[in-house]
Amino acid sequence: MASKKQMIELTVNGVHREGLAEPRRTLADFLRDDLGLTGTHLGCEHGVCGACTVLVNGEAVRSCLMFAVQANEQEVTTIEGLAAGGKLHPVQAAFWECHGMQCGFCTPGFVMSVYAFLKENPDPREEEIRPALSGNLCRCTGYQNIVDAVRLASEKMQAAASEPVLVTEQAV
Amino acid sequence: MKPAPFDYFAPTSVDEVRDLLAQYGDDAKILAGGQSLVPVMALRLAQPSVVIDINHVHELDYIRADAHGLAIGAITRHRAVERSTLVREKAPLLSAGVEWIGHPQIRNRATVGGSLAHADPAAELPALAAALEATFTVTHASGTKRTLKADDFFVSYLTTALAADDLLSDIYFPALPAGAGWSFVEVARRHGDFALVGVAAIVGLDGAGNCSDVRVALFGVAPTAVRSPRAEQALLGQQPGEQAIAAAAAEVAGDIEPPADVHASSAYRIYVATNLVRRALTEAAQRAQ
Repeated sequence: MASKKQMIELTVNGVHREGLAEPRRTLADFLRDDLGLTGTHLGCEHGVCGACTVLVNGEAVRSCLMFAVQANEQEVTTIEGLAAGGKLHPVQAAFWECHGMQCGFCTPGFVMSVYAFLKENPDPREEEIRPALSGNLCRCTGYQNIVDAVRLASEKMQAAASEPVLVTEQAV
Repeated sequence: MKPAPFDYFAPTSVDEVRDLLAQYGDDAKILAGGQSLVPVMALRLAQPSVVIDINHVHELDYIRADAHGLAIGAITRHRAVERSTLVREKAPLLSAGVEWIGHPQIRNRATVGGSLAHADPAAELPALAAALEATFTVTHASGTKRTLKADDFFVSYLTTALAADDLLSDIYFPALPAGAGWSFVEVARRHGDFALVGVAAIVGLDGAGNCSDVRVALFGVAPTAVRSPRAEQALLGQQPGEQAIAAAAAEVAGDIEPPADVHASSAYRIYVATNLVRRALTEAAQRAQ
């Protein structure tokens, strides 16, 4: 028995997207299989590992625990939406520089969680970083470098925020 | 790991939810935050033929204070409770306890009503409800409402007094008496895991510094969150000194028969529970004025 497919319209990484899916289709599967955004990874498919973390209306959620129909008319951000103009987002750059990964499978989920976390808490202490990472599992156990990456990302983002904006005067 | 097919409804009002419950009752599951329901559907432990998604029922999304406590709508997310200054001010124990639930990504979706209706005995909210003596408003498909105390709401492991055509609509958390102290402690294998054992405690003192209000709620040690009447009685009327608190904590063993599982034996859970009750009562007494 298949239930009737429904039209789902949503904004993904600032772009209007739509697709037909059964109500049982998870947001994770919809992003990957219907919209071709395979940067979002699926590990456990029952809400334990955090690999599928995306932002829905700015909040980090597990996309395997939401049905795609529930994201109808919502705003979703995936790992594909972070880099701008071919330049890595500071969180991505920090993971790169600290080697905050081993096999890399869990990385998109970690990056999305850290992105949401630093937006809310731009200058976290280590005691705050660890619980913020608790919802993501790295089976290679590369956690130390991930914690380092969060700290570096925080420094990068704060430096960028305090950079003076260059005012260029137009030649008369 | 894919849920079985179902028909999906997304009502926008309690009245529409009632109509759907009247029509589908036994075949339907209410979907709130989905952080417990969707995993069991993915594992096909639950295969409801109808899913009633109440995330658009905005009338159930609120945190309101009155003179006596806080009313929280069933669809209010844990994250909203965690961030609420109103909750921090009126029910600091609830604020502190909610931070222990799952992970940030879970709390962004999970709801107060959903967690209580799911009734996991190792979950934080049922114990917080038991300690704070919360009352549960249940709306039946027919429109009649009834109010239940925590004791009557939680029946057994993952089982509540909710019938298939009932909706948990509102939870009322009475404010702590002025000056009462509180504590929330938990031991879990990892941060965000379900508790091996957890304790929510409240201590109120009278003018002479004797305990006039003692509440000890435990989770992870029984088929539901439970209070420990023996521990509470042992400390009532006493000065909350080190010895009196240790004696009260030792009484907990008489009130619980914890399950043994792969994570901990029954005896170990009693050992941890005794220690956590001692710590929780000590901290609650220190906070009491």
